[in-house]
Amino acid sequence: MLNKTIAWIDQRFPLTSFVKHELTEYPTPRNLSYWWNFGFLAGFVLVLQIATGIFLAMHYKADINLAFDSIQHIMREVNYGWLLRYLHSTGASAFFVVIYVHMARTLYYGSYRAPRELLWWTGQMLLLLLMASAFMGYLLPWGQMSYWGAQVITNLFRATPFIGDQVVIWLRGDFAVGDATLTRFFALHYLFPFLILGAVVIHLVALHTVKSSNPSGINLAAKDNIPFHPYFTAKDFFGLGVYLIVFCVFVFFLPDTFIEPANNIPANPMQTPPHIVPEWYFLPFYAILRAIPDMFGGVVAMALSILIFAVMPFIDRSNIPGGARYRPVYRIMFYAFIADVLVLGYVGAQPPTGFAVPLGQVATFIYFAMFLLLPFISKKEEQWLRARGLPPALQELFEQRSPRQKWNNGEGGK
Amino acid sequence: MADGDTLNDPERRDFLTKATTAVGVAGAAAACWPFVSSMNPSVDVLTKATTEADLSGIAAGEVRTVSWQGKPVFIMRRTEQQIAAMQASKGGFDPEDDQKRVQQPQWLVVVGLCTHLGCVPTRGDSGWLCPCHGSVYDDSGRVTRGPAPKNLEVPPYQFVAADKIVIG
Repeated sequence: MLNKTIAWIDQRFPLTSFVKHELTEYPTPRNLSYWWNFGFLAGFVLVLQIATGIFLAMHYKADINLAFDSIQHIMREVNYGWLLRYLHSTGASAFFVVIYVHMARTLYYGSYRAPRELLWWTGQMLLLLLMASAFMGYLLPWGQMSYWGAQVITNLFRATPFIGDQVVIWLRGDFAVGDATLTRFFALHYLFPFLILGAVVIHLVALHTVKSSNPSGINLAAKDNIPFHPYFTAKDFFGLGVYLIVFCVFVFFLPDTFIEPANNIPANPMQTPPHIVPEWYFLPFYAILRAIPDMFGGVVAMALSILIFAVMPFIDRSNIPGGARYRPVYRIMFYAFIADVLVLGYVGAQPPTGFAVPLGQVATFIYFAMFLLLPFISKKEEQWLRARGLPPALQELFEQRSPRQKWNNGEGGK
Repeated sequence: MADGDTLNDPERRDFLTKATTAVGVAGAAAACWPFVSSMNPSVDVLTKATTEADLSGIAAGEVRTVSWQGKPVFIMRRTEQQIAAMQASKGGFDPEDDQKRVQQPQWLVVVGLCTHLGCVPTRGDSGWLCPCHGSVYDDSGRVTRGPAPKNLEVPPYQFVAADKIVIG
């Protein structure tokens, strides 16, 4: 009966061949480490955010007079409302943790290199969509931090040449953040996750075209690839179990970790809290914004600090495979960059006075200097490594030609 | 009726295709306008345009905050020393005469939103400090320390009585 049903479907829709091609026969490098789990985890978090979000929307009221109280209603009166809300608010932070690890893995192993540029760029588009969704969702509780966060971020668009003021009023639908702003942010916060879902499909189509990268940095021989299912479904689900343990500790025992105390005060357009900070996942970029004493320059630097990742496939000129694994100088740069981002995150959380100001400026300079120096360093590093002699195993890989050369010769990809 | 040659003239076909495409694109772009425009402030928001403020009971050196278009407006009754100090200086980054920023020297009326990113500056011993990014304004609302690029905005207002103004 089942076989007959599947046969009936297969005549009308490529079900079996799709499952075979994308799952049970989809070739996956057998040497993938747990760092390759985070794409799957991001997908899981997205689904959980959409699910909890839809159920929260059944009880939330997007009106400046009702929004704050409707959150209290969800927390106190709705069955399991507290659970839905804490899953959703903790999930937002968890989403950024997972995405940042996913990006760090890509940077460490050089997974952005040819032929995976489009995979990297669609991922970057996903990050921007995620940031926009998180920012708009943060306004919805209508607390003090919500309000002033939205006020400050919409004000960034004042830096638009010539029509800055009109753009800001248009975005808010009012002269200051108000009811019109809250309602449209709610509508868009509901829409964006589905745009993300669409972008994820594009990301996955690109992934299944070029296949996963792997720690060695070269395209493995066919015998070194194993089917995604059951091998990597099992590995991904084990990783999911570990992730859920950590996630649940925060949801059930430390749910207020990611909720600013000031956000328990209803929004007051007449008074800014003495110290406003964005959510932790925006802190490094916020520090870059503040490091530049000029408003227009600060906004440009902040936008650039995110967009600049797009040039990684071009400015990393080394042909040594395997990213930081076989490249000591690049490895040092990677860890220095991570440390620099952490310093920026610290600076972003401090008041804009005293020692934090010059520290933020130095860290911002280092941030951009890394990208500017990479083209020269990566080239010099390759020459140095080859002059010194590559390890035999790596030499062998290198002689099989690097992925980039292979790609340039039209042999790359599948 | 056009004859066969005219109908098959490739230049003619090409022109018609391009013209149709251009009209279609322009029409699609025009159809976006109502959607874009709907996001601008609605009529009821625009009617919030004026606020009447009573100045009686504000002591010398005191600041009162009123709401105008949902934005805070600082109304400050300045002392003689403050007026003298402000008239003697030109401000910082965005030099401007104090006389041009007030209608009556003892009354300073400015929008209480930092011109950097729109936080409400807090009142210090003299002037204002923005808690968000550290911009400083003097008692004329002029910026003396960045990152704010401009002086606090002076809203349009007029005195309708000796102790009453209408903002907007």
